Amino acid sequence: MAQHAFFYNQIRCNGCKTCEMACKDYHDLPAERTYNRVFEYEGTGGWSTDEAGCPVPSGLFAYFVQQSCNHCDDPACTNACPTGACSKDAETGIVSIDPDVCNGSGACIDACPYAAPVMNPETKKATKCDGCVARLKEGQLPICVEACPQRALTCGDASSVPEGYERANVAPLPDPGKTSPNFYVLASKSAQLFDSAQGRVSNLSEVE
Amino acid sequence: MENLKGLAEGGVSRRAFVKAGAGLGAFAALSMAGCATSFHETTPEGEAESSASPKKSGAEEKITWAHCSPNCYGRCALRVVTQDDEVVRVETDNTGDDEFGDHQIRACLRGRSMRRWLNHPDRLKYPMKRVGKRGSGEFERISWEEAIDTIAENYQRVLDQYGPAAVLIAPASGVKAQNISDFLARFCNCLGGYLVQSGGYSMAQARTAVPYLYGDRKNNSTADLANAKLCVMFGDNHAENKLGGAGDCYQIEHALEQGGAKVIVIDPRYTPTAALRADQWIPIRPGTDAALVQGIAHVLITENKVDQEFLDTYCIGYDEKTLPESAPAKSDYKSHILGEGPDGTAKTPEWASAITGIPAQTIVDLAHEIGDSEACFVMQGLGPQRQQNGEQTVRAICMLSVLLGGPGKSGVGTGFMFGADAITGVKVPTGTNPVGVTIPTFMFIDAIEFGTDLTKKNSALKGADRLPQPVKMMFSHGGNSLTNQHGNIGRSHRVLADESLCEFIVVWDTLLTDSAKYADILLPDLMPSEQPSFATGEYCGNMGYVICGTACTEPKFERKSLYQSLALLAEKMGVFDDFTGGLDEMGWLEKMYKSARKEDRELPEWEEMLEKGVYRRLHEKGGSIAYSKWRKDPEKEHLKTPSGKIEVYCEKLAELAETWELPEGDVISPLPIYVPESEWGYADPRRETYPLQMVGFHERGHAHSSFVAIDLLQQANMKRFWINTQDAKERGIEDDDMVQVFNDFGRIQVQAKVTDRIMPGVTAMGQGYWYEEDDKGVDVGACINTLTNSHPSPLAKAIPAHTNLVQVEKVM
Repeated sequence: MAQHAFFYNQIRCNGCKTCEMACKDYHDLPAERTYNRVFEYEGTGGWSTDEAGCPVPSGLFAYFVQQSCNHCDDPACTNACPTGACSKDAETGIVSIDPDVCNGSGACIDACPYAAPVMNPETKKATKCDGCVARLKEGQLPICVEACPQRALTCGDASSVPEGYERANVAPLPDPGKTSPNFYVLASKSAQLFDSAQGRVSNLSEVE
Repeated sequence: MENLKGLAEGGVSRRAFVKAGAGLGAFAALSMAGCATSFHETTPEGEAESSASPKKSGAEEKITWAHCSPNCYGRCALRVVTQDDEVVRVETDNTGDDEFGDHQIRACLRGRSMRRWLNHPDRLKYPMKRVGKRGSGEFERISWEEAIDTIAENYQRVLDQYGPAAVLIAPASGVKAQNISDFLARFCNCLGGYLVQSGGYSMAQARTAVPYLYGDRKNNSTADLANAKLCVMFGDNHAENKLGGAGDCYQIEHALEQGGAKVIVIDPRYTPTAALRADQWIPIRPGTDAALVQGIAHVLITENKVDQEFLDTYCIGYDEKTLPESAPAKSDYKSHILGEGPDGTAKTPEWASAITGIPAQTIVDLAHEIGDSEACFVMQGLGPQRQQNGEQTVRAICMLSVLLGGPGKSGVGTGFMFGADAITGVKVPTGTNPVGVTIPTFMFIDAIEFGTDLTKKNSALKGADRLPQPVKMMFSHGGNSLTNQHGNIGRSHRVLADESLCEFIVVWDTLLTDSAKYADILLPDLMPSEQPSFATGEYCGNMGYVICGTACTEPKFERKSLYQSLALLAEKMGVFDDFTGGLDEMGWLEKMYKSARKEDRELPEWEEMLEKGVYRRLHEKGGSIAYSKWRKDPEKEHLKTPSGKIEVYCEKLAELAETWELPEGDVISPLPIYVPESEWGYADPRRETYPLQMVGFHERGHAHSSFVAIDLLQQANMKRFWINTQDAKERGIEDDDMVQVFNDFGRIQVQAKVTDRIMPGVTAMGQGYWYEEDDKGVDVGACINTLTNSHPSPLAKAIPAHTNLVQVEKVM
């Protein structure tokens, strides 16, 4: 079985959110709903003043983490879905939601540790990134991958993870052991491990 | 919302959960309340605008090429997808295999949101005339016939009464297509010409000052960074403001991956560039970069780490040996640094530390790192020069490269911003302007208010000793610089509201900006993608490119292109044949392209260009090295300075310093040295009242004031005022609190971003937000120019956009 996976070169990502905008344009999403987010994660050891009165920073870092749906090996959304609307495709490994079956319970939204499914308030159904499966089937890249100006986001089969990429193990992502996400990261030099408490998401209002 | 409620009732808000760093948890969809756009609904009753939603019909998709270039520096390719003459999607360059060197000209998030601008519900649809007081934003729909008659009548009246020198084409940069806005100049030149404003806002200090050092302003192509061992970036923030996929951010990323240079970022803000690239971040007080350079220079000079042979051979005025005859004794750079010049102060690292706020030891270490590097590439963004003392700063940073013997050398360079190997492309034949007078861009409000008081010696006029007429009429196409993007917006409002000063204003735009509210006649423009368009990659590193587009849809409502409306005006005023030459927009584009192709035979044939949409070309040598010929043979080759050498001591500047009438505190120096800002800088006693410095920056969510009205971008890039944790704590301000920021010029209201990613004592916010005054006179739109100054810099007479002092208070 193939497994669709995202490969994310965090060293290149400047947090520009072109992935998010391209996704919103392609899937025609309104401002308040997104399938694709970029977290800004920052940490600090605070500022002090040296003997001459100069301000000196310590322990400061900031980096970005891009997320859509990680099409997990053990998808929490699918496990939680009461109707079977949420399913993992045997052929591609892509996790998607069938709007005809979804009853809008929101169970997937509660269950997903990556916040991938979101409620469409008009249809009252959960929706999410489908890996641009229609494009993939036509030999095209997902729209977010094709959009990335820094060429930080690529994709491929989970059996061919590029060297140096590790499985979704950077903060603020949750423990990758929970769902085995198909999101592999080439971590930037300041990246913190997923269980670190050294930083905080500093752009909450942009990703909620 | 139910989900959030549940979490809150459970005693753990999701926000607290995420803040605790415990992962995203049950991160769920929240509705984004309060994200509504903040512009005014003033369009008259009429047909409803087409929905922002694309059609999902089975109608055939049509794809047209276009570009996005509202002066972010990028020029990016768009592929506009339409169905039934409606835009349903906007994609980007996806041609070729995207190998570096022939890489796709991918648009950034702004370009990818273009459909929301094209289909914006508030887009201007009909010609309008002002019915309220100037600036009130009250307009009434009129016919094109009435609009053209009114403009023609007023234009003719101004020409008769004051002459063409009273007509100004206002500063504007929202449309950077090479075949669109310049038709305004051609039109005015058919009717006797106009007063030219030149220099712009972005880099006027650099544009003016750097040529006094180098004769012009160049640097090695971005690709040359691959040959550096160390890169020192002064105020460069390419990772946030040069996002396009064929622009500097990608170019720098590629070069650093190739060469592995260590990167040091000097900036008051821990920018995305610092976060992404910096091995070391050195926070610095705004406006003091030149003092840092002097502290470094002191170490380099006293430890014999300068390239003395280069300084002797290629420069004048580094030391006494090469001072020109006209220069006083000890007026050389070295004497100034060592304290042997007129001020008697050695510019030691300790001296520099007190000014910059950088520990002296950090400056010493930095100097050693730079001096000992095999190849130190010094580069600067445009923030450092956009200051009241910016002409000094921009040359001072370049001077660091001069000390290292960098100009003409690979891996080192000139110290200016990155160079690019752009394709020159097409130009509108604008004709001859008989007026022949130019004012600095930033002086246009002065030219309205003070008119003939403006002279060569007090306002840097060119072509006349004195302004012949006050500005009485303005044309503004695709710009928001009448008010929003000009320093001290309160002053601009006052001057422009006075109809006895500038008597008539014509504005073309797509949305009702703050500047558009000052129009007497407001015309509904087409977007560049709705007409034939042509752009060349300007800041494109070592891969030049062009983008050639056609109209994606028919014009909707009563919108017309600038060209079409000018053709109507030209007809009314009897210059139709002169103006149009019998051609429409497409005819002109073909003519211009074929003319450009005579100079550049490698460009594809016209028909092929139209078909392909994009053309990309890697520099033949993989990138250029500025001044390399001169470096190899300085006897035969010369710089464009009067001496043909690098003018560390510049006689021409010494003469201007002597002869120009400068306000007290304004300094022009023949040397590239630190001079404090004359007002509103760190050294200003006003800092007792307004203790925080404030700088603006270019955010990813908008380009100047373009895209500010796009809700998608607003949501993804929230408007925030950056303030250091310590400064916030002293004021009882917490992250996301609503604050007011104020000084003598005005007061804005905005949410705070409380962060250690900015130096204590310094604040910052994105520039370009749309001014919006509430009933208490507070700008709740948070336009930074509510707080900026209109006193120009000494030499270029340019905007001191980042020289500000403010106080901040929490809104209770």
